[in-house]
Amino acid sequence: MTAMATMTPLRPARRRLTLGRAAAWAAMGAFVLVTLLPFYWILRTALSSDAALAADPGNPLPVGLTGGGFARALGLQSTKEAIAQGGSGGGLVFWRYLLNSFVVSTLVTVCQILFSAMAAYAFARLRWRGRARVFGLFLAGLMVPAIFTLLPNFVLIKQLGLIDTLLGIALPTMFMTPFAVFFLRQFFMNVPPEVEEAALLDGAGKVRVFFRVLLPMASTPVLTLAVLTYITSWNDYFWPLMVSYSDSSRVLTVALDVFRAQTPQTGTDWSGLMAATLVAALPMLVLFGIFARRIVGSVGFTGIK
Amino acid sequence: MTVASSPPSRLPPRGVAGPQSASKVRGVREREGRGDGPLAALFIAPALLGFLVFLLWPTLRGIYLSFTRFNLLTPAEWVGLDNYVRMVNDPIFWDSLWVTVEYVFINIGVQTVTALAVAVLLQRLTRSSVLRAVVLTPYLVSNVVAGIVWLWMLDTQLGIGNEILQGLGLGRVPFLADETWAIPTIALINVWRHVGYTALLLFAGLQAVPADMYEAAKVDGAGEWRMFWRITLPLLRPVLAVVLIMTVIGSFQVFDTVAVTTAGGPANATNVLQYYIYGSAFGRFQFGYASAMSVALLVVLSAITFVQYRLTRAGHTDLG
Repeated sequence: MTAMATMTPLRPARRRLTLGRAAAWAAMGAFVLVTLLPFYWILRTALSSDAALAADPGNPLPVGLTGGGFARALGLQSTKEAIAQGGSGGGLVFWRYLLNSFVVSTLVTVCQILFSAMAAYAFARLRWRGRARVFGLFLAGLMVPAIFTLLPNFVLIKQLGLIDTLLGIALPTMFMTPFAVFFLRQFFMNVPPEVEEAALLDGAGKVRVFFRVLLPMASTPVLTLAVLTYITSWNDYFWPLMVSYSDSSRVLTVALDVFRAQTPQTGTDWSGLMAATLVAALPMLVLFGIFARRIVGSVGFTGIK
Repeated sequence: MTVASSPPSRLPPRGVAGPQSASKVRGVREREGRGDGPLAALFIAPALLGFLVFLLWPTLRGIYLSFTRFNLLTPAEWVGLDNYVRMVNDPIFWDSLWVTVEYVFINIGVQTVTALAVAVLLQRLTRSSVLRAVVLTPYLVSNVVAGIVWLWMLDTQLGIGNEILQGLGLGRVPFLADETWAIPTIALINVWRHVGYTALLLFAGLQAVPADMYEAAKVDGAGEWRMFWRITLPLLRPVLAVVLIMTVIGSFQVFDTVAVTTAGGPANATNVLQYYIYGSAFGRFQFGYASAMSVALLVVLSAITFVQYRLTRAGHTDLG
C-alpha cells in the first residue's frame, strides 16, 4: 500500500477523499436521524398508552400498544373511558378541525392563486396606463412584514362581523400576496409573445388567451406555488388563533394547542396529544409525498423571494 | 420568510426587457398605453381590492392606532406619543426585545452554519432528490406540531431527550422550564423545522457554481476543505447574504413555538416581542400600545431590509 502511494501522487489524495467521504456521509446520516427522529417519536408515542409511557419512558418501541390515543383525539371514546386512559375527557373532535383547515386552506389557495395570476397577467401582458406605478405599489407591499398587519386586520375583521368564521380566517390572504403576483408575473413575462400572438390571430379574445393558453402553460409554477401556499395556510397558527374562538371556526393548529392545554389531572395525555399531532400533520406529509420531486426541485426557485 | 426582498433588486433588468420586446411586436396593431385598459382593470380588481383592504389600509391603520388608546370596545382616542413614551420606559419591552435578539442570534447562527454544511454535503456527495425531500420534511409540519413534539421529547420527567442524558450519566435538564435553557431550546426547535428549507435555498445557489471549477481545483491538488473556502463560499456569498437576511426577518417574528411551549415563561424568559405584543392586545386589550410596539418591530425589520440591499449589491459587485 505504501509503495503504491509513493508511486502515484494522486492515490493518497483519493484515499484521503474516501475517508473524508465516509465522514461526510456519517455527518449526513446524523443530520437525517435528527431530522426524522421526531416523526418516529410521534408515531411511537401515539401508539402507546399513557400509563405504560410513564412506567417505561425510554423504550424505543410503542409501550402498551393501543389505539386509544387516536380514539381520544378523534373523539371516539366516551368521556369516562378517555379519563380512565389518561385523557382529559374534554370535547375536541379533530374531524371537525380537519374539515375547517381543509376549507380555509382550499379557499385561500384557489382564490389567491387565481387572483394573483390574473393580476400577474395584467402586469406582464396587458398595456394600460399607470401599470408601472400600480406594480410599484404591489412591490412596496413586499416590504411590510405580514406580522405587522395582523393586529389592524383583526380590528377590521371584527368590524366586518367576521370573527369566529372560516371566511374571517381566509379573507386577508384570499385575494393576493405581493409575492405570488411577483412570482407569476416573472413567468408570464418570459413566455414568448408569439404564443399569445398566434392565439389572438386565431380570433381568441385576451380573456380566452389567458385562461386557455397562458394559464395552462404556467401549470408548473402555479402548481408549485399552490402546494406551498396550501402548506403555509394549513400550518398558520397566529392569525387563526386571533380570529377563532369556537369549534365552528377552529382549525387544526389551534385545536392542537387547545388539546395540549386541556391537561388532565393525571398529567399530560401524551399519547392522545401525539395522535392528534399526527392527525394534524399527516395531510401535508401526504401532499408532500405526492409532489415531493416538484417541490424539492423548485424550492430554490421560489425561495429566493 | 414573510418579507421578501430580493425581487426588487433583481427586478429591473427583466422588467424592462419583457414589456419592451412584447410591445415592439404588438405596436404594429396597437398604440402604446391603449387598448387593454378595461380588461386590465377587471383582471387586477380582486388583487388590488385585497391589497388595499388587507395590506395597505391595515398598515396605515396600524401606524395610526399606535398613537391612540384603543381597547376595541370604545372608539380609538388620540393620545399622541404616549404609547411610545411608555414603550421607551417599559422594562418588559426592552427585556422582550433583548430576548428576541438573543433568540434570533442563536437561531440564525446555528441554522446558517448547519444549512450551509448540509447544502455542501448534498452538493458534493449525491444528486439524490429523495435525500433532499427528507431534509425538507420538518418544514411541512406547523410550528405548533414542532413545538409540541419537542415539548414531549424534551420533557423533564418522561422525555426521550432526558432519558438519553440520564443514560449517558448526565443529569436531567429542564430544557423549557429553565430560564437559561428556554430560549436556546426554542431557537433550536425552530432550527429543526427550518434548516432543511434554508439548506435547499443554499443548495440551489450552489448549483450555479460550475462543476469544472471543482475539477480544475482538484487537478491543482486542492482538497475539499480548501475548495470550500476558495470556491464555494466566495461564489455563494450573494445568495448567502439574501438567505441570511430573509431568515433573520423571518425569525424576528417568532411567536408560535413560544406560545405552544413556554407561553413566555418562566418569568418572562421567553417573552419574545411578538408574544408581548399579543399579550398586550388580547390579554390586556391595549391595542394602541401593542400597535406602537408593532411599529417598533416594523422599524427594526425595515432597517434589516435596508441593510440587505447594501449587502446584496456589495455581493453582486464582489462576484464580478
